[in-house]
Amino acid sequence: MKKVTVSGKTIEEAVESGLEKLDATMDMVEYHVIEEPQKALFGLLGGKPAVVEVKVKPDPIKEALLFLRDTIDKMGVSASVEAEERDEGMFLNITGSEIGVLIGKRGQTLDSLQYLVNLVANRQSENYVRIYLDAEGYRARRKEALVTLAERLSDKALRTGREVRLEPMSAHERKIIHTALQDVKGVSTFSDGQEPHRRIVVVPK
Amino acid sequence: MKELVESIAKALVDHPDDVRVTEVENDRSLTLKLEVHEDDMGKVIGKQGRIAKAIRSVVNAAGANQNKRIQLEIG
Repeated sequence: MKKVTVSGKTIEEAVESGLEKLDATMDMVEYHVIEEPQKALFGLLGGKPAVVEVKVKPDPIKEALLFLRDTIDKMGVSASVEAEERDEGMFLNITGSEIGVLIGKRGQTLDSLQYLVNLVANRQSENYVRIYLDAEGYRARRKEALVTLAERLSDKALRTGREVRLEPMSAHERKIIHTALQDVKGVSTFSDGQEPHRRIVVVPK
Repeated sequence: MKELVESIAKALVDHPDDVRVTEVENDRSLTLKLEVHEDDMGKVIGKQGRIAKAIRSVVNAAGANQNKRIQLEIG
C-alpha cells in the first residue's frame, strides 16, 4: 500500500502536499494526524508543523485484476482480462485460446477463481464490491443451457406426474432455474439437500 | 505450481511473509504442503473448507493442464 508521511503548517496543508506526492485525489486516500500543529509563541518560538500520514486506499477492482492476472499467469495459461462495469456489478472477462482450463467442469474452476477474487478484492476495503468472472461468454451460454434444461424437465414432470430431481448445482445456477420456472403453470420448484449437494426438485402440482 | 499456491495464499492472509510452500515430486503426482501463520489458518481454509476447496480446484486445473495430479495439504 502506498503511503507518505508529510508535514505542513496546518493539517490541511500537510494532507494537500501528501496528495501531491501520491498523485492522488481526496477520495482515494485516508489520513491520520501524527502530530497536531502548534503555533509559535509571538510568531517566534517553538512552532511545530502538523505531521500526517496519508495512505492510498486499496482499490478493490484493481486488487482483483492484479490477483486474477497473476493467478492466470502462474497457472500457465495465456489469456487476457478486461474489466467491464455493468448494472449487476463489476465483470472481469477472460479471453484466450486455452480458456477451457479456466472454466473447468460445469464452470467449477471459474467459480472457484471468482470466489477467491472476491475474497482478495474485499479483504481490506470497506465497501463491499461484488465481482463476477466470465470467460468467452461462458455465463450466458450456461444460462441458456440451464433454461432449456429447466423447460425440458418441467415438461417431463407434467407429463409423468412425478417430481424430477436435478443434479446438484451452485446457488447461482439454482436461481436461474427457479426463475425460469416460476411462471410455468402446473409446476413448482424447491431446493433440497445440503450444500454443496443441494439440488432442485421440480414438482407437478 | 509452488509459485501458484504461494501467490494465492499470500493474497489471502495478513502475514504474507509467513507463507511457506514445500513440494514433493513423484512420477506423475505432486504433493504441495502449504503452511501459514497460525492466525491465518482460517483465511486459507474458510468456513467448511470453502476457501481450501477453491484453492485446490484452481491448483488442480493448473495441474491437469500440465498432466499432473496435485495434492494440496494445508497446515
